[in-house]
Amino acid sequence: MAEVRLENVCKHFDDVVAVDNFNMSIKDKEFVVLVGPSGCGKTTTLRMIAGLESITSGDVYIGDNLINKLPAKDRNIAMVFQNYALYPHMTVFDNMAFSLEMRKRPKDEIKQRVQEAAEILGIEPLLSRKPKQLSGGQRQRVAVGRAIVRKPGVFLFDEPLSNLDAKLRVQTRLELKKLHERLATTAVYVTHDQIEAMTMGDRIVVMRDGLIQQIGSPLELYDTPANRFVAGFIGSPAMNFFDARLNDTGDTTSLQAGGVRIDLPAETSKLLADYTQDQIVAGIRPEDLIVATEHTPGKTIQGTVEVVEPIGNETYVDFNAGSFSLIAAVGRKARIKTHSNLVVEPSVANLHLFDAASEKAIR
Amino acid sequence: MAIERVGSKVFKFYVPLAAYLAFLLFPFYWMVNTVFKSNSELYNMDLNPFYVHSPTLGNIVSLFTETIFLKWMANTFIVALSATLISLVTSLLAAYAIQRLQFKTSGPTGVAIFLGYLVPQTILFIPLAHIIFKIKLWDSLWALILTYPTFLIPFCTWLLMGYFKSIPKEMEECAMIDGASRIKIFRKIILPLCMPGVLSAGIFCFTLSWNEYLYALAFISSTAKKTVPIGLVTELVRGDVYHWGALMAGALCASVPVALVYSFFVEHYVAGMTGALKE
Repeated sequence: MAEVRLENVCKHFDDVVAVDNFNMSIKDKEFVVLVGPSGCGKTTTLRMIAGLESITSGDVYIGDNLINKLPAKDRNIAMVFQNYALYPHMTVFDNMAFSLEMRKRPKDEIKQRVQEAAEILGIEPLLSRKPKQLSGGQRQRVAVGRAIVRKPGVFLFDEPLSNLDAKLRVQTRLELKKLHERLATTAVYVTHDQIEAMTMGDRIVVMRDGLIQQIGSPLELYDTPANRFVAGFIGSPAMNFFDARLNDTGDTTSLQAGGVRIDLPAETSKLLADYTQDQIVAGIRPEDLIVATEHTPGKTIQGTVEVVEPIGNETYVDFNAGSFSLIAAVGRKARIKTHSNLVVEPSVANLHLFDAASEKAIR
Repeated sequence: MAIERVGSKVFKFYVPLAAYLAFLLFPFYWMVNTVFKSNSELYNMDLNPFYVHSPTLGNIVSLFTETIFLKWMANTFIVALSATLISLVTSLLAAYAIQRLQFKTSGPTGVAIFLGYLVPQTILFIPLAHIIFKIKLWDSLWALILTYPTFLIPFCTWLLMGYFKSIPKEMEECAMIDGASRIKIFRKIILPLCMPGVLSAGIFCFTLSWNEYLYALAFISSTAKKTVPIGLVTELVRGDVYHWGALMAGALCASVPVALVYSFFVEHYVAGMTGALKE
């Protein structure tokens, strides 16, 4: 049982607030990803769980134990570092055995457990090598091996894939996920890469400037972002945003952005009935802009195509709709030329509306 | 074309190198040359001075029989080794603490140690002499063993600080999570990784202590407690008479251990001075 609970956790570095009031309960065997731009406090949070950084205020529990003051070695955790932090003067075997030796386990047990971990990761032939004789991917495996050898209650990963090339990263991502299924151990994973977060996490915590923006499953974050930041951070290419004015014409409400008008469905109009501001930020994902044949004011947006980006399975089209630009994902079959006229129909059910000042989603 | 390139390399590289080597090695050549000359040959202006006409071991024999050269060598060895060990242990701990423990005054402490290094020995020996006299270590090897670290520790601390800096912090943090204590981390991770740095610091300390002149001259007076540099100069220059042959024999014998130390560790020494942990 290794549930991790953070209650009102804050971290201050002198005057800088790195983590502000972090509250979360991570279930046993759950894979939680902390994601956000650099400097958002995700690594600091991880390091506080690890015991490498002191906690300014608040409480961290692993299981039922308050671990605020517990030294790192007694927290029953293992951590994989971004630069792997392998001991360069030791062989792979010694690297993996180090933690067990420090805990004075019998020699036979150490050998057996290292062997076991090496088998899981397929690094048995490397056991007698030194880290500098390994490739980046192999080093990464050894770093993971060193963590699993101890059978800890919680795995902590600090951007473990960011030093690998793109192809290897995708492959290793998959392997780590499988490994987590197999070992069924609680994992906290830090990354700045939203794709990594989406593909690996049972739940994702999006952070910015030390504050949690939203906690949710990957699709929750994608479909119902809590604010403009989360909406823009999750998803690639990013969600389109444009400033719009609310036009209330009796029974229907519409968005007006420059020459573009979009009539909102009745449900959304009802939602906006009590809304007092007339300026708003609208967001629409590229795949929710559907190519249409004819321009219908109130329903479609038309503009001039500026850039066409075919990436194989999809084609992204960047077009200028007058006062703003949009990116649409148009599928691989569409034959669209630069400078041509494009008409798209936004799927209004999937339109996201945000308060212009607070940037919070209007729901 | 190829010949031209070889020629240009000879002129740009080998010729200057040879000239530099000749300049550098000439004193050693002169020393060895003098050792094997008899006094009569040494002072005969008609003979070619660059060549030994009738080699003799007389100078070496007189060095070992007329002075207590071996005792001086032993003294020098004891002093150099002890001072080196004290300095290394102190510097290792100091450098690690300053670089990694991050106490409030770690930065200023580092700078203070460096400033200590900038105070010239010629100024420092006056107050040191006073202290040595007060704690009654005058004319004992301890006077040297305890004062040499005053100029050895600052340099070593700075050398090792740079070394520790090149070891990724994560390695220690990982070891900490793995269950190692600070002492264990230091012994099992840090020390093996900065061995080249420790070696070069050690060689530096040893040679500096071995050749030290000023403190030894100031703090030691009895013949039996002298180190080689002082012993040779005070006992083999009698009045204004220089016993050149024996002097050079002493210099030759005294430089052998240092040359040996360097030749064994030269690779580590270079690696240590250029710093950095190469993965």
